[in-house]
Amino acid sequence: MFFNKLFKKSFCLLFLLLTFPVLGAIEEYAFNTEQDEERFRKLTYEMRCPKCLNAPIADSDAPIAGDLRQEVFVQISDGRSNEEIKDFMSSRYGDFILYRPRLTPATFLLWFGPLLLLLAGLLIARRMMIKSQAEQGEIALSSEEQESLRQIFKDKQD
Amino acid sequence: MNRRLKLFIPVVIFLLMSGFLLFGLTRDPNVVPSALVDRPLPIFTQPSLYPEQGEYSTEDFIGNILLINIWGSWCPPCHLEHPLFLELSESEQDITFVGISYEYSMEEDRLFLEERGNPFDYNVVDFDSSLRIDLGVTGAPETFLVDQNGMILHRHIGAIDSSIWNDTFVPLLEQIR
Repeated sequence: MFFNKLFKKSFCLLFLLLTFPVLGAIEEYAFNTEQDEERFRKLTYEMRCPKCLNAPIADSDAPIAGDLRQEVFVQISDGRSNEEIKDFMSSRYGDFILYRPRLTPATFLLWFGPLLLLLAGLLIARRMMIKSQAEQGEIALSSEEQESLRQIFKDKQD
Repeated sequence: MNRRLKLFIPVVIFLLMSGFLLFGLTRDPNVVPSALVDRPLPIFTQPSLYPEQGEYSTEDFIGNILLINIWGSWCPPCHLEHPLFLELSESEQDITFVGISYEYSMEEDRLFLEERGNPFDYNVVDFDSSLRIDLGVTGAPETFLVDQNGMILHRHIGAIDSSIWNDTFVPLLEQIR
């Protein structure tokens, strides 16, 4: 019984410990509307922290990520659009900061490469299917041939 | 013959992929290209580290070759490069040294410069964090080289030592002097 309780308690404690990393680096911001808060969350998750490279600014403890979060907050509060905020950031930090790359000639292959590969795959599959059908066609006998074959066997049996 | 050629398709694909990956090996993923190189220095007005000196703005500096260093007394690599800046501010008389410090260490920054020497001709405080964002700064220290027309020529992330100075900055300086 005692061990059972102990087990339960330590289990709960384990889960409490697991929640710690989630606390992260989130300051308190007073948003005007819920939509603003949602936009803030989305934008800060779509921007790469320039210092730590593999984290969005929403999740980063680097001082510059905090500055950038503050900047995003201020610009949202000023009524700037998502595009304007992204332009602001990429003009200072390059396209590098945007996790979702923009559609430019340089990123054309990135955006449409998978689609092109899929199309190429479909084309190859189609050709292979046509070919195998054609091969089957060569082997398969016409009804007349089938008839004459049956005749041959019949003759032999007789 | 045609069938034989087809056998080489996987080899060609393999070679293409190898070439692609080999190219990837030559690139350092930690080097973040600056969006600001070859662009003019952003226009700003920020207070001096010494309140009695008022404010500085971009026009106060432009016209000379500028070496702009983003630093803070809280940042260990900044301590590392400090002696080199002291040395350079003596030897490179035609360069204007501008120190930009993060706002949250003003008092410590003043103390640091007092104790270890001040290599900067101008000490600016990035009071509202707008200047470091306008410069696309990723952290301290970072150093920008700006020519006489106010164009940013180079940005270096991290502490500068004499070999970085000689290999990267000196050739650029030779071009604009």
